[in-house]
Amino acid sequence: MIINHPLLGPRDAAEFVYLGDASLMDRPDGMTASDEEMHDYMYLRDNPAGEHRELWYHEQGDRSWLVVTRNTLTHEITMVELARDVARSRGRSK
Amino acid sequence: MSQSNRLTGGLIDRSVSVNFSFNGKNMQGFQGDTLASALLANGQRLVGRSFKYHRPRGIFSAGSEEPNALVQLRKGAAQEPNTRATMAELFDGLEATSQNHRGSLERDFMALTDLFAPFLSAGFYYKTFMWPKAFWERVYEPIIRSSAGLGRLSMQPDPDVYDHGYMHCDLLIIGAGPAGLAAALAAGRSGAQVVVADEDFLPGGRLNAETYAVEDMAGADWAAQAWAELQAMDNVRCMTRTTVYGAYDHGIYGALERRTDHLAASEGRPRQVLWRVYSRRAVLSAGATERSIAFPMNDRPGVMLAGAVRTYVNRYGVAPGKRVAVFTNNDDGLRTAADLKAQGVEVTGIIDARKGESLATTWGRKGLTAVGTASGRSIEADCLAVSGGWSPNVHLTCHQRGRPDWREDIAAFVPGADLPPGMSVAGAANGAMTLAAALKEGHAAACAALGDLGLSPAAGDAPKAEDETFDIKAFWHAPGKGRAWVDLQNDVTAKDVKLARTEGYRSVELLKRYTTLGMATDQGKTSNMLGLAVLAEASGKSIPDTGTTIFRPPYSPVAMGAFAGRARGKDFRPNRLTPSHKWAEEQSATFVTTGNWLRAQWFAQAGEKGWRDSVDREVVQTRRSVGICDVTTLGKIDIQGRDAAEFLNRIYSNAFLKLPVGKVRYGLMLREDGICYDDGTTARFSENHFVMTTTTANAVLVFRRMEFARQCLWPDLDVHLISTTDAWAQFAVAGPNARALLGKVVDDLDLSNEGFPFMACAECTVCGGTPGRLFRISFSGELAFEVAVPARYGDAMIRALMQAGEEFGAIPYGTEALGVMRIEKGHAAGNELNGQTTAANLGLGMMVSKKKDSIGSKLSEREEMNRDDGLRLVGLHPVDRNDMLNAGAHFVELDDHHPDMFSDQGYMTSVAWSPELSHSIGLGFVKRGKDRIGDIVRAYDPVRGKDTKVEIVSAHHIDPEGVRQRG
Amino acid sequence: MGYSAFKVFWQGLTGNKGWQPAWREPDPRPQYDIIIIGGGGHGLATAYYLAKEFGVRNVAVVEKGWLGSGNIGRNTTIIRANYLLPGNQPFYELSLKLWENLEQDFNYNAMVSQRSILNLIHSDPQRDAFARRANAMRLSGADSELLGPDEIRALCPFLDFDNARFPIQGALRQKRGGTVRHDAVAWGYARGADMHGVDIIQNCEVTGIDITDGVCTGVQTTRGPIRAKKVAMCAAGSSGRVAALADMRLPIESHVLQAFVTEGLKPTLPGVITFGAGHFYVSQSDKGGLVFGGDIDGYNTYAQRGNLPVVEDVCEGGMAIMPMIGRARLLRGWGGVMDMSMDGSPFIDKTGTQGLYVNAGWCYGGFKATPASGYCYAHLLAKDQPHEVATQFRLDRFRRGAPIDEKGVGAQPNLH
Repeated sequence: MIINHPLLGPRDAAEFVYLGDASLMDRPDGMTASDEEMHDYMYLRDNPAGEHRELWYHEQGDRSWLVVTRNTLTHEITMVELARDVARSRGRSK
Repeated sequence: MSQSNRLTGGLIDRSVSVNFSFNGKNMQGFQGDTLASALLANGQRLVGRSFKYHRPRGIFSAGSEEPNALVQLRKGAAQEPNTRATMAELFDGLEATSQNHRGSLERDFMALTDLFAPFLSAGFYYKTFMWPKAFWERVYEPIIRSSAGLGRLSMQPDPDVYDHGYMHCDLLIIGAGPAGLAAALAAGRSGAQVVVADEDFLPGGRLNAETYAVEDMAGADWAAQAWAELQAMDNVRCMTRTTVYGAYDHGIYGALERRTDHLAASEGRPRQVLWRVYSRRAVLSAGATERSIAFPMNDRPGVMLAGAVRTYVNRYGVAPGKRVAVFTNNDDGLRTAADLKAQGVEVTGIIDARKGESLATTWGRKGLTAVGTASGRSIEADCLAVSGGWSPNVHLTCHQRGRPDWREDIAAFVPGADLPPGMSVAGAANGAMTLAAALKEGHAAACAALGDLGLSPAAGDAPKAEDETFDIKAFWHAPGKGRAWVDLQNDVTAKDVKLARTEGYRSVELLKRYTTLGMATDQGKTSNMLGLAVLAEASGKSIPDTGTTIFRPPYSPVAMGAFAGRARGKDFRPNRLTPSHKWAEEQSATFVTTGNWLRAQWFAQAGEKGWRDSVDREVVQTRRSVGICDVTTLGKIDIQGRDAAEFLNRIYSNAFLKLPVGKVRYGLMLREDGICYDDGTTARFSENHFVMTTTTANAVLVFRRMEFARQCLWPDLDVHLISTTDAWAQFAVAGPNARALLGKVVDDLDLSNEGFPFMACAECTVCGGTPGRLFRISFSGELAFEVAVPARYGDAMIRALMQAGEEFGAIPYGTEALGVMRIEKGHAAGNELNGQTTAANLGLGMMVSKKKDSIGSKLSEREEMNRDDGLRLVGLHPVDRNDMLNAGAHFVELDDHHPDMFSDQGYMTSVAWSPELSHSIGLGFVKRGKDRIGDIVRAYDPVRGKDTKVEIVSAHHIDPEGVRQRG
Repeated sequence: MGYSAFKVFWQGLTGNKGWQPAWREPDPRPQYDIIIIGGGGHGLATAYYLAKEFGVRNVAVVEKGWLGSGNIGRNTTIIRANYLLPGNQPFYELSLKLWENLEQDFNYNAMVSQRSILNLIHSDPQRDAFARRANAMRLSGADSELLGPDEIRALCPFLDFDNARFPIQGALRQKRGGTVRHDAVAWGYARGADMHGVDIIQNCEVTGIDITDGVCTGVQTTRGPIRAKKVAMCAAGSSGRVAALADMRLPIESHVLQAFVTEGLKPTLPGVITFGAGHFYVSQSDKGGLVFGGDIDGYNTYAQRGNLPVVEDVCEGGMAIMPMIGRARLLRGWGGVMDMSMDGSPFIDKTGTQGLYVNAGWCYGGFKATPASGYCYAHLLAKDQPHEVATQFRLDRFRRGAPIDEKGVGAQPNLH
């Protein structure tokens, strides 16, 4: 597979490390989250057959975390974003 | 027998004769022959035995689809099983032997199997061999195994090397037949970056096997001219002997180039190169594969695909027989007869299924002698050319789960609409069964692909050729008594297909699995379509309603060595060397692999009888005076920024906000699921500058996780991370004389206990101005420091340290002594931080702060992870001090006579022989361990036949108060 | 009809004309006691044991494709009971025991071949971990041995002992481990279940799960609605998709595992060999092909195909440990979609919906588990109580903090 890195252009997916569903960015605050919220964050996944937003890390490159939108049936990649931008757009900050 | 079947003409070089042997028999052929054409030229018709019934087999095709003519090529370590004679180029000295027979090829003892064929119908083995039970492994299976399989490996390491290569292009053209050449010319002339690859050693595809003209030239001459033009273009890479074997995601194709298989020896050059081709567009012009017809006794040597007959006659100047009959359902059969006659070969009969004619049987035990028609006529023939039509080579179109479509007019599957993105198909592969159409499609496909890429094609039209006729009437299975083979290699007959259907294996996928149809080394190229047709016939359904045949990579089999490339032997994985590696080698260190690192394990000295002598000495001398150990492999992460402390406070489970500048703190890291992940120390050099160490094993992983936290969880924290593991050489200097030693090396720093107390750190210079860092931390439990210098000074540093330590008898110590000392001291390491243990298990529960949110703190509070009867880290001493402990033993109670997984009390994680205590010691996890100090349990180790009484003690075997490290 | 050598002989004499279908192809009836969603190995085994051992015969297995079209036919055919943790090992030991009597039990030769499995050891920590495991296996009643390099050399002289990047220091061996002809397992269970009255309904996709007031009442299918007292999901690889029909999210991701086979070779390997340090495991089929695999590709996917980096990685492992396979040719590769769970261990459990059950999360270890999975699932379905060796396979184990994490890598499915 080839991931079109927003800063570096197309790169072989072998340069990256895969983590999983982009929902892993939505970590609740451990001091305020309920047990259920923390459990669901850590363990439950939508696991869709189709479009999937997921986290890839450019370990053999610039060490950016990316959010890649990829179809799990066809492997077609339709969007690649810097995870930091996505995190901010989801309201994460400090 | 000297090339008795050689004709005139062909594309071989008769000026170069080539000697080779088959089953020890010396023969001659010419440059440009394949082993198959040369065997035929020499009149060798019997070349192998079938898989199941050991029936005689001859050459069936002239390409990579060959199911029958598999040989062992070469001798010794280079012996290569299952090589298709049709793909093996002849070279001088080639040695080939036939395979899968007991006794000689001619008198195969295993051919007796054929007599029992009625009892060996499809899937018979699923219905018997069940009694008595123990006989399967002992009797039945060994018999089945030794008669199954085909060729033999040499069982010696592959003597050749293989390379991997990477290519990028605008357009990849797969196959250099007429369509591929037309595509390559169009794309090449436009200036696009083109790769054109063909599996043959002679580009041109069917042009070399037929007698067509292109642009008023002989087809083969036109192909040669086109290839020469392409080779002259800088923007075109022309590759022969290269099979594009797989279509992967996003335009990536796998290709195998055979570099030296056509030579007597590779002489150190790579035998094959496995290419990864990154293409923007691809044109599949892989042609088509001819198929046979299932008719009674259609498996004898001499029965050959009609297209292959023309290949042998026209390209190789070889007559596959002296008297040839033709059985066809399309115009190719007539063309075959014409080509044979033109070369003066007698054609004894043409059986045209379109006229209602058919074959009912054949004769000839080890080679065809005659065929019998359905109307009862017998026709003498030592070769039968069969054409059941052509199946487009749609394989690569299916590699991403595309499904082919059925086209009734050519009675074949053609590529479906769901092609791999970026791929188009041209020529016979696309169902364009005539030459003119193939040339046009190839040209058009290239122009369209260029258009997609925004490139303009060069002016010009497709090369011109006559449009020959292609008339076909589907005919798959001739009725009649006797077995009609569908899969020649695996001995699957039409009856087997029907039986499988009767028994309920109705999906084509079930059928294949039950009968082994299409599972042979030809991957079903010559059998799948026939099998599907016979199944359709039996079901009374149309072929497309019955199923499709789809394909997975590789297109044709690829040597394991090629996939592995250079990654074998010592080069399997990279070696990471520590800065003191060269010095350690000079000291005759023994090295151990830790991940990819090579670390000094111990430093043997003259007179030491075994590793224990060396390790004990290193421990004793370190604890008595001073020892030095390269600890560079520990991960190092430089952390800077205004929020660095806050960031660390969230990464570590214990508090880090208030760590003073100039101090080091031990930190415990959890995974988000609350399990201990890693530990290490972090030093604060200034308000906004920290340096973290991680374990060797987790250096990369911890850094990755921290980057995740930084970028994805808290994107606005002002913190930056750099991995500096390789940037700093770091040495532990441990023992009572550590301070005195370092005093000689470190410039201008007060190293006294007051000036530089336990857990202090400082940036400094060493050896008169070299930048360095000093930490007062101790893994050994002794008075200890770690000194770091830029990695390029690492070699000089170890030499300087050793020189400075000479007066104290300083010794280097390796990972073994390091391990002994940490076990004596009771520090957890990899064996305890095994990814299954909680902070509470490790006795570090107090380190998980409940006053703040940190990674893993919330989920570490779950009930099952906080049970009172959970595992706790303890020390273990053998009750009999002479007993040696073993890591991996489990703990069971003294009176537990039938221990099981539920009475299991824990397990021993690490053991060492303690020179200080003069007996074996261990660390381990015991249920309620902290409450059981002083209890005796058994270290139960049935796998090593041991059962040892041990006393549960504190994990801190020596100096539990930590007096030495604070001294 | 019973299978035997005599039957094969008699049919041979009479032209093989008397063989009967191995199973019926019934139309779905309007109602069953239990519907099993998924006609793969586990689903068919569940049906077989329900009917044979637990006397529940009014059972339907509904399968989207053809029977055995899932991972039962897409694996490396290895059986073993060499697990570490008490949540797993007794279960796999039960499975191995069931394998050992399977063929006689269901009267179908699945070629259960106990030629042993070797897990190679390359470092001291690995030896310690394998010793712990070997002892845990003994505690569960399974067999295990630790071998030294000389013993391994005698068994497998072709391994790289002299030039290896990771020298072979030993091995964990389980002699009772081995291989089974994978497709035949599905067929044997299907035939056995059918003989006991189970309806196996192929080409019947479940399109909905009917739930009324928290009670599951049946399923909607492409062949019409079917009512049932209990509905048992058993569609590993598609578990997420099936569970979504009941509005459930599972602690599972779908990943692809590739496996490969070489061209047929005369006997080459004595049993199963695994090279964990290099992500490679291999055995030889009765037909002669070397069957091998390695790591999962590592990204979420439902496509039954993988990519080149893993193919190369697996073959590198092969060449590193047995450099004599360089000239064997890789004939075919395939990809199976795995239910990768959050701790690498499976689920056999009730759900929050009464009458709806789940069997999922087998990661890449489902094949060896087939008999015990079927047996324990049947037990749960018949008695509403988990079988004693499957009490830990609960969906709520993460809530309680009791993961069964053999590899110790945490809640990241692609690392298991």
